[in-house]
Amino acid sequence: MRRALWILAVLLSHWRRHKMQFATLLVGLIAATALWSGVQAINQQARSAYDRAAATFGGTRTAMLVAPNATTFSQDLFVKLRRAGWPVSPALEGRVQINGRSVRLLGIEPVTLPVEIGNAPRLGASDLGSFVAPPGQTLVARETLRDLQETEGAAPPISNGARLPPLRVLPQLVPEVLVVDIGVAQRLLNKPDQLSRLLIGKPKSKPAPLASIVGDQLQLIEPTAETELERLTDSFHLNLTAFGLLSFFVGLFIVNSAVGLAFEQRLPMLRTLRACGASARLVNTVLVVELVALALVAGLIGLVCGYFIAAALLPDVAASLRGLYGAQIPGQLSLRPEWWLAGIGISIAGALVAATTSLIKAIRMPVLTTAQPRAWQQRQRRWLILQSCAAGVVFALALLLLRYGESLIAGFGVLAALMLGAALILPALLELLLLAGQWTARRPLALWFWADSRQQLSGLSLALMALLLALAVNVGVSTMVETFSRTFIGWLNGRLAADVYISASDNAQGTAIRNWLKERSDVQAVLSGGRAEVQLQGQPVELFGLPDHALYHERWPLLEAAPRAWTRLVPGNAAFISEQLSRRLNVRVGDVVEVPAPSGSWELDIVGIYADYGNPRGQLTVNVAALIRQFPQTPQTRIGLIVPREKIPGLIAALQKQFALGDRSVADQATVKAESIRIFNRTFAVTSALNAFTLGVAGIALFTSLLTLANSRLPQLAPLWAIGITRPRLAAIELTKTLSVALFTSLLAVPLGLLVAWCLIAIVNVKAFGWRLPFHVFPLQLIELVTVALLASLLAALLPVIRLARMQPASLVKVFANER
Amino acid sequence: MLSIRNLSKTFSSAGEPAHVLRGVNLDLKAGERVALTGESGSGKSTLLHLIAGLDAADGGTIRLEDVEVTNLSDAGRAALRRDRIGLVFQQFNLIPSLSVADNLAFQARIAGRHDAAWMKELIERLGLGPLLKRYPEQLSGGQQQRIAIGRALATKPSLLLADEPTGNLDEATAEDVLALTRDLVARTGCGFLMVTHSMHLAGTLDRHLTLHAGRIA
Repeated sequence: MRRALWILAVLLSHWRRHKMQFATLLVGLIAATALWSGVQAINQQARSAYDRAAATFGGTRTAMLVAPNATTFSQDLFVKLRRAGWPVSPALEGRVQINGRSVRLLGIEPVTLPVEIGNAPRLGASDLGSFVAPPGQTLVARETLRDLQETEGAAPPISNGARLPPLRVLPQLVPEVLVVDIGVAQRLLNKPDQLSRLLIGKPKSKPAPLASIVGDQLQLIEPTAETELERLTDSFHLNLTAFGLLSFFVGLFIVNSAVGLAFEQRLPMLRTLRACGASARLVNTVLVVELVALALVAGLIGLVCGYFIAAALLPDVAASLRGLYGAQIPGQLSLRPEWWLAGIGISIAGALVAATTSLIKAIRMPVLTTAQPRAWQQRQRRWLILQSCAAGVVFALALLLLRYGESLIAGFGVLAALMLGAALILPALLELLLLAGQWTARRPLALWFWADSRQQLSGLSLALMALLLALAVNVGVSTMVETFSRTFIGWLNGRLAADVYISASDNAQGTAIRNWLKERSDVQAVLSGGRAEVQLQGQPVELFGLPDHALYHERWPLLEAAPRAWTRLVPGNAAFISEQLSRRLNVRVGDVVEVPAPSGSWELDIVGIYADYGNPRGQLTVNVAALIRQFPQTPQTRIGLIVPREKIPGLIAALQKQFALGDRSVADQATVKAESIRIFNRTFAVTSALNAFTLGVAGIALFTSLLTLANSRLPQLAPLWAIGITRPRLAAIELTKTLSVALFTSLLAVPLGLLVAWCLIAIVNVKAFGWRLPFHVFPLQLIELVTVALLASLLAALLPVIRLARMQPASLVKVFANER
Repeated sequence: MLSIRNLSKTFSSAGEPAHVLRGVNLDLKAGERVALTGESGSGKSTLLHLIAGLDAADGGTIRLEDVEVTNLSDAGRAALRRDRIGLVFQQFNLIPSLSVADNLAFQARIAGRHDAAWMKELIERLGLGPLLKRYPEQLSGGQQQRIAIGRALATKPSLLLADEPTGNLDEATAEDVLALTRDLVARTGCGFLMVTHSMHLAGTLDRHLTLHAGRIA
């Protein structure tokens, strides 16, 4: 043991003399762990929120009975089933408006509530009485209480004037839901003796068949392991994970570079250790122990950094998930022990992976191997050929995935293979470019410039690969986001046809508003819409009712349309389908879709396909009058108005005054548009932040490689200094060399990045979200990104170059001394 | 103490076998100091490496005291070097990240045989007292080689092997270093086998052997 500790002390002494290299290793590991753990923390936070939602008093984790073709059914069915021995518990669900904010209201019956309801918040026996007995209680999550701007104990009114029972915080409860006793819910929602579903507990004995008790009035829904929300958000989390993984690998490039260089520098030390009698096994074991210890320390620091990264990004991610999928994620980070353990694990695994080559070399190293620092340069040609062959294989794999891959994972596989292949082939391409430079050079210094750049290439190639990947991802994602942004704004301009949007609290208020508007001379048209929800092939689909108005014909953008599409919509037997739903259901223009309606099946000819960006649910657009005929319960609370621009503020003020409407209930087009764009921008704020992180880490990789290479380059530079080239000139040449290879790399990153953008737009987005965007290239943006990459390279090269320019002649003289 | 019989070693060079050692026989008694000379490529260093267990022989035997070196595993050979052999190289092979004091104590600590009194005597005799806190790169070649000799003798080995220990030193320094080595070898009573190109230095030891065409001439 003492022997091992002594060897460890000897190995660690290397870092004491090479502090910058040590810092490099730690920075690489910390960056890799921090970015990966940060992303995982966000994913974990979101997933635990989905779990809470799914487990809330009969979410999708509980078996339940529902009415096949209606939102509610009679309470008598519950009584019949209980009498027949079915362990069912009633629940009623609806929406109420509090302070202008729409919230889900859930009525439960706590006495019969099945005990198996996952990790649902339980009511203690002492609380049961207060919950059931008048005035009862309204259970609410702390964040919802804050959003409603209410305090615990308050009994706020809802839009129909009735008051909720006093609010009580139940910390484990999912946000955006209020839980009350079933009787209270029936009264508040004005649905006496009505239920939305029956939750099923574990029966003590086998009850009578369902059909024999309730016929076909109720349908059994089995519990699902994955909720609809989880399915919808999978792609978003996969995107985040892909980014985290990329940053992790870029971090590992730094680690690999630092460990590789340290190994080369420690070769003489390892040889001496072996010559002095330390066995190969002991030395190798201690090398691994040293690496694991360093990874442990760096992993812990990385986790703390990851926590802060996650905390900084979480509000934007939560906003994105809310905007895109309606998922409610608490804004405060809470982490489980497994996150910490996984973070430490990934740090150690990453360090071991990054050091594999060096460790294998150490294990195989014969004790008599002459210490040849950076001997791998001599094998550069063989490596270049091998790497290029590997790149060819990886590119072939990308093509196969592109041709035969169907899933989102296959889409990411294409991206990963593309980038890995490009990274592998980069050194060979740079070698060819530099060789071409060398062939064309005539003056001796220029010849040396190209030849020395080639020699330096092997030491810099990992950092340049990191730069290539980071820049390509930046180009790809920025192009995709910019394309999306422009397409989205254009689409929004068409979709937001009305000048003013009103959301009435209920049908009565809707009717009152419409009647009032008829008297107003400043209103040119009242466009009433409506929405209903149905299930198509097991998926929730929104039916969107659109009024027949020329404005829509002119401005509503359709991706594909049958002849006279708008005219065919009016009678009510035709529909437009959203792009994502058309892909999901594999429905094209000319097909027929059958929609289950209360009065029976409603056949709709598909006459158009439209883009519906940002909507996680599939949507069918029909004529609003037809929608109300088929679904008489459709709330008629959404109203759009056509109003001359100068009259908009006056009309909004009058509406607010007349009907006590809040800012959420009435807004002009500009406000709605600004809010949509704000949500859109927040959605991509995380992507931009991770983009910047990745480029930053690549910059650090380049910096550390240049810094660690600087010392070993003295033997190449000293002869030039000796023959009369000044140190500042040498420094300038070094800087030019670094910038030229960085420029070549950046220029190669541009086409690769555009390919990445195409993959994101044409493969990943289509599979993840169901929409396909037109592909655009933005030259100014590309120039900007290449400039940023060159500036990062300049910054990375600056310190080693300044050190060279200021180097004492004695340091250069040492190169020629035997007694170095 | 050291007995070598019929030792052979062949390397492959550009696909052709190169018979470096062809049945070497050699005996060395405890306390004996032997110089080994020979032209470049005659196999001097190879012989030293085989004795130290740095490489494995193709045939023949090497016996150091009661140990059959040629029968040892890699770990066994490492233990032999650690406990019974001191090695000095032309390139010094000090550990650049360790101070002079740590370099001196290095092998003794690995062997678990650190003797403070002996270390103090070594430091005094080698004149390294003022240099203990320095690092190898801050020292001259002669100083570095004195540290390498101190490190090799710190375990009081049975056999000191030196491969061109003065090859990187000027003549005067080489004389000094070798004189110190001879004194210390006499003090410890270990055997000493030195490979050198210098006939003059070879003449200062008890016995002088020449390796020619893979055999002791």
